[in-house]
Amino acid sequence: MAAGSHGQVRLFWRSFSRNQLALAGGVVVGALVLVALGAPWLSPHDPHRPDVKKILDPPSRAHLLGTDQIGRDVLSRILYGSRVSLAVGFVSVGIATALGVILGAASGYNGGIVDAAIMRLVDLMLVFPRFFLLLAVLAFLQPSIWTIMAVIGLTGWMGVARLVRAEFLSLKEREFVIWSQSIGASAFRIIWRHTLPNAMAPVLVAMTLGIPAAILTESGLSFLGLGVQPPYATWGNILNDGRDSIEIAWWLSVYPGLAILITVLSYNLLGEGIRDALDPRLRQALGRPARDGR
Amino acid sequence: MIPYALRRVALAIPLLVGITFISFLVIHLAPGEPVELQTGDLGIKSSAQAIESLRKLYGLDQPLYVQYWSWVTRLARLDFGRSFAPDGKPVLQKIGERLPITLFLNIIEMLLILALAVPIGVLSATRQYSVFDKITTVFVFVGFATPDFWLALLLMILFGVQLGWLPISGLRSPTWEFLSFWRQHWDFLSHLVLPIVVATFGGLAGFSRYMRQSMLEVVRQEYVQTARAKGLSEQAVIGKHALRNALLPVVTILGLSLPGLIGGSVIVESVFAIPGMGQLMVQAVFSRDYPVIMGNLVIVSTLTLVANLLADISYGLVDPRIRVGRRGRS
Repeated sequence: MAAGSHGQVRLFWRSFSRNQLALAGGVVVGALVLVALGAPWLSPHDPHRPDVKKILDPPSRAHLLGTDQIGRDVLSRILYGSRVSLAVGFVSVGIATALGVILGAASGYNGGIVDAAIMRLVDLMLVFPRFFLLLAVLAFLQPSIWTIMAVIGLTGWMGVARLVRAEFLSLKEREFVIWSQSIGASAFRIIWRHTLPNAMAPVLVAMTLGIPAAILTESGLSFLGLGVQPPYATWGNILNDGRDSIEIAWWLSVYPGLAILITVLSYNLLGEGIRDALDPRLRQALGRPARDGR
Repeated sequence: MIPYALRRVALAIPLLVGITFISFLVIHLAPGEPVELQTGDLGIKSSAQAIESLRKLYGLDQPLYVQYWSWVTRLARLDFGRSFAPDGKPVLQKIGERLPITLFLNIIEMLLILALAVPIGVLSATRQYSVFDKITTVFVFVGFATPDFWLALLLMILFGVQLGWLPISGLRSPTWEFLSFWRQHWDFLSHLVLPIVVATFGGLAGFSRYMRQSMLEVVRQEYVQTARAKGLSEQAVIGKHALRNALLPVVTILGLSLPGLIGGSVIVESVFAIPGMGQLMVQAVFSRDYPVIMGNLVIVSTLTLVANLLADISYGLVDPRIRVGRRGRS
């Protein structure tokens, strides 16, 4: 953060480190990133190699979380699945944030007709039940991890746009902005150097809470069979496979969902912790933590 | 009140036009024309007739504005075209068959959420930091993080497979016809239990949290202190003065969260094989039944728009400050 002189970082840390739940969330999020990066070394088996002799084996010492319909190791598939979740979470939230910041900044800085137009667009996008919109768009595209990232990002920028706009509306009345205008600084420079850095705190929180929402959405789509396609292992499509064997192989349905739960919970705890530590006032502005992005 | 309501309606009209516009854009998202996609992509040899009907439906050889205009005028006459499925039914009829069960489930779900979230929120707000409050806070966080399809699978394993108490798919048992009158109703209800539990669970977390927050804000207001100061019982202070005001914002949130609830029915309906709008949508996406997809998108978002509008208007009805105020939703 640009506002991050040492004093502010220390203030933030003092308040954040007192929140044990948020710390725990942060530790788990960090561990999950390491797991995703280290999946090839951590996995006990090849996640894609079938084994006809071990079809639907219950959890055992050789396969801690059991095997699936074609004998693949579930633990390894879940470890590899974390890469998809993480990638989708980061990239789609990146897209959504970039769009939201650009549109929100344009809206808040310019005001007037630009503002009205962008805010009506936000209203419009929010009228579509997101899951229906995602499904409709995916029906016209080839499902791949890239299209999933793109559509989740393109349908998730509205919250950030509103936040950035609100920050800009109050910031542009402040002296340092008015002074910069009076000495003839360009709009781009004022936004980039002065207002945007000061508006980043809520955006950072929205990003942290946006990642779990994107992960939930991706796993929902993959669960329906419309997300990331096999043979890629994702938490959603392992659950989708498990649906057919629900009467004989509970481990296929239980463990991947547990992975989603732990991941989303940790990001939400971390995000709320950051929010409270940055500024208790944001509690109201940002409202509730991420549920799925529907 | 009337001018306020009219103003809200006037604001909704451009959104309605916007809905058709975005939906129209979606048709043209595909890199190729949807006709090619439909025939080439799935490796199905569509009959020349089907291709012709698609071309005619969207007028794909005409300029974009002509296509849009003819599409919108057909929508205005409630002509959504015919499904590509072998039955070839009109889209509107297909949606009409599916809509009631989805609406039914959503209304029950909303009533349940309200009935549970309000007392939970009030109790945890009036006893902030008590054991009850802490337990509900944990519940809220876990509730937010639980994927609904996973919860559905867990409940199916527990109540359907292990205990065998409840049916896990569809709306009726295969033997339904042969059951007595009361048994038929019981059968239908028992099929609804798990879907409703799953759908309610997700929304409950959000609403009880929201209710708690709203209540916490209200009990700090001066008129609540005044009510206490004049010697009213705690019950009267909370139940009459505070609760009414704390409920106000919840009305709006309920309206605004409707797209989420309806969207959630996609998952619930496909897991439990309930023949509603959500399942129709998923089936249409798999079979690339474009007229059904577009019809679904337009109708579901229009319904959402109407629900938001009603929430807005009823908010104005119960809270006079809103009618005069500058409260835009943006």
